Amino acid sequence: MKRAGILLALLATLGLPLPGNCAGATGDLGLVVERETGSLLVIDQSDHAAIGRIEGLGDLSHASLVYSPDERFAFVFGRDGGLTKVDILDQAIVGRVMQAGNSIGGAISDDGRLVAVSNYEPGGVRIFDTDTLEMVADIPTGSKTVGLVDAPGRRFVFSLWDSGETWIADLSKGSPAITRITGIGSNPYDALITGDGRTYIAGLFGDDGLTALDLWQDQPAPIHILPDYGREEQDLPVYKMPHLEGWAQAAGEFVLPAVGHHEVLWVDANDFHETGRTQTHGQPVFAMARPDGRQVWVNFAHPLNDTIQIIDTLTKKVIHEIRPGPAVLHMEFTPRGHEVWVSVRDAGKVVVYDTHTFEQLAEIAAISPSGIFFTARAHRTGL
Amino acid sequence: MAYLALCGAALAADGTPKPEALKRLVHQDCGSCHGITLRGGLGPDIRPASLARYTSESLTAVILDGVPGTPMPPWRPLITGTEAQWIAEYLLTGGTP
Repeated sequence: MKRAGILLALLATLGLPLPGNCAGATGDLGLVVERETGSLLVIDQSDHAAIGRIEGLGDLSHASLVYSPDERFAFVFGRDGGLTKVDILDQAIVGRVMQAGNSIGGAISDDGRLVAVSNYEPGGVRIFDTDTLEMVADIPTGSKTVGLVDAPGRRFVFSLWDSGETWIADLSKGSPAITRITGIGSNPYDALITGDGRTYIAGLFGDDGLTALDLWQDQPAPIHILPDYGREEQDLPVYKMPHLEGWAQAAGEFVLPAVGHHEVLWVDANDFHETGRTQTHGQPVFAMARPDGRQVWVNFAHPLNDTIQIIDTLTKKVIHEIRPGPAVLHMEFTPRGHEVWVSVRDAGKVVVYDTHTFEQLAEIAAISPSGIFFTARAHRTGL
Repeated sequence: MAYLALCGAALAADGTPKPEALKRLVHQDCGSCHGITLRGGLGPDIRPASLARYTSESLTAVILDGVPGTPMPPWRPLITGTEAQWIAEYLLTGGTP
């Protein structure tokens, strides 16, 4: 009791709110991955503040997370194969399993009952019950798996780096029914699904262009996008693979990071023909549309990763550039897009910008921050 | 300081590599593909046991010139030969070059 009293006094001294949120609302909260310390910073969107830290999550390099439908729990996918369930209100770990040796991302089913993890070692996807974290399905692929997303109808879609395939796992009837699609292309490195759950796009490292699938078809056939892209110029060395995320759609077009080139590519979302290219500061890592689609924010690979450029969707021109600091790793928009939160790893901070004026609104200290995730993602397919 | 290091200025004025800056480069930027703990990701495991077939010279060459036909890029545009050799020895000895 005395010890608890001292702890509470200490928290009060540090100016941190006390853990536990009696009001129980999580709608404007979020989590920031602190990769080196294996911790999560709990952030409050409205207050522009950190309200706590959850520790003990293992190796969080390249970690990502998804939210339960009630926005109370996060499922965190660590690089070391750890799957951790976190309670945001109590700011505590409530479950943790080591489910593989080397992992890369995950997804939660549309009904919130299943969480799937994509593994490099052993290559494949494993699916867990979100209440108990017990494994309910194991889908070995014989390949590193990438680009795992949720799709409507209790399905998960993912791609195979080594064999150039995309698999659809349908769990609507219990055990997974697998649809294999071959001929996606050489070395898919990541993928996205559109917010309506219809289109899956895999980026290719080993081939030019990207490959789309129409998931509304019973047996989707690969649609090759920009198959000639990049052939006329020598590729630059790639020091960081780009990321694809379901934020890439703006005003009827996809905006996609080019691999090995200093540009983003615009593609018509209906017929997949190229509609433009925008020259950028460096090789893009994320090209993310503001939720309304009016702007696209782009960050860049090492060694040009101190800069963000903002592209106007109508003109496809760079209209603004900011330099948040060394190693800008991720950007997260507030759900309606009035702000963007940016992690600046080597400056040890998260910076908040107004997306209309580009004015800096706040800075929040964080330890080597990478991914930023607001709870509103709970209600978005593919996030 | 860390940012300068990533831009290829991880050498002190006298030309000797700066270990802290290079360690950061290895774990953060090589780590993009090989994992922050170097256990592998899209790229292979690069801990000492996995690199047993390399000599300091051959690994330095891989770092500088990459591996054609794979995603391993040449780092020559960003670091010096001395820095690449420091990184090779750091990797081969598991952190005690």
